[in-house]
Amino acid sequence: MECVRGDRRLFRDLSFSLTPGTLLQITGPNGSGKTSLLRILCGLTSPESGEIKWHGAEIRSLAEEYSRSLTYIGHRIAVKEELSSIENLRISSGLAGCELSQNQAQQALARVGLAGRENLPARFLSEGQRRRSALARLINCTAVLWILDEVLASLDHAAVTLVESLISEHLSKGGMAIVATHQELHISSGLFHRLELEPPGSGGTARSGSPS
Amino acid sequence: MFRWIVARDLMLAWRRRSDVLSTLFFFVIVASLFPLGIGPETQLLRSIAPGVVWVAALLASMLSLGRVFQSDEQDGTLEQMLLTPQPVYLVVLGKVLAQWLVSEVPLVLIAPLLGVQFGLASDTLLILFVSLLIGTPILSLIGSIGAALTLGLRGGGVLIALLILPLYIPVLIFGAGAVDASISGVSPQANLYLLGAFLVVSLVFAPWATSAALRISLE
Repeated sequence: MECVRGDRRLFRDLSFSLTPGTLLQITGPNGSGKTSLLRILCGLTSPESGEIKWHGAEIRSLAEEYSRSLTYIGHRIAVKEELSSIENLRISSGLAGCELSQNQAQQALARVGLAGRENLPARFLSEGQRRRSALARLINCTAVLWILDEVLASLDHAAVTLVESLISEHLSKGGMAIVATHQELHISSGLFHRLELEPPGSGGTARSGSPS
Repeated sequence: MFRWIVARDLMLAWRRRSDVLSTLFFFVIVASLFPLGIGPETQLLRSIAPGVVWVAALLASMLSLGRVFQSDEQDGTLEQMLLTPQPVYLVVLGKVLAQWLVSEVPLVLIAPLLGVQFGLASDTLLILFVSLLIGTPILSLIGSIGAALTLGLRGGGVLIALLILPLYIPVLIFGAGAVDASISGVSPQANLYLLGAFLVVSLVFAPWATSAALRISLE
């Protein structure tokens, strides 16, 4: 994948590629373009110049085929306040093309620590619990590429460990993940790369390197 | 996937019943103000009935249209919908179908009752019902373009009205025209056929335009 974006010069000359079993963590100060980069990678925003390729083909031309291999959890986590966590989970999985039975959904919610609260409307859940219910989407999902934006925000220690183990499992099955977060990620399998975006206004290039 | 969208929107509408009811009450009240204001002049009421009921339906549908994509945009669901492995065309079609079922079908069902207030004959009531049944999906389809274009704008509600009401004019003319024809004893067939043609055209093009507008709004 290769991508250059020039309008606000958040970053340019940015180029990287992912292989199966790799986690790419994107770090950088606020406003350095982490979310923009992830949205470009999803195909929601188009880059000023440059291209994003999936298996050698431009993602715009792949369209729905690319969407099938992708799961995106954004800043706004797409959890409906009026619906219970189990309804939210079953509907969003259904939309993403992998339908869950009542049982599977219940198990997924139990895994993220929402057992007993499945039928509570999401507006009665705390912010952290809502984020957990969004994470339940990852459990039964078959997408190869996960793009997660600030997933660790407002999660407690146990939930962070859960996210790390979900990502590790995903990588060990040959999946790929791109995660924007400031926190340290500890994964037990797969390759780990880090991409650091520089603060806005500093010329906007990026360094990448392996973590210590 | 299509049925998930429709089912989800129906479920959400059920949880927010008051929104749906307010549109319906708005329609009933606007259409009822005219007989109250004009007084019991049967001939006059009968001749303004088609226009009044149709205009009230247009305004009521404007009210509900602003909400089609708004809440999904705010909580990020719309992004997810654009990233589903199905064409966005189907997503839009599903949402428009749900909006029509929830907000427009009740208007269509109650319209004959309002027609009675204007002293319309029973065969005219039937034509009123049929013309609204064909016409209101066109309103939803065209309106969804405006809703998508004004997504996330402040004062979007007024802007939708300015963008979309002019496009509703043909629907209004042929919809009200069908009822008018039936009142004056002419066959309303031609008007209804034209409405049907509009429906087919908007069914093909409107979701496509709406998906393009959504992509732009979410850039």
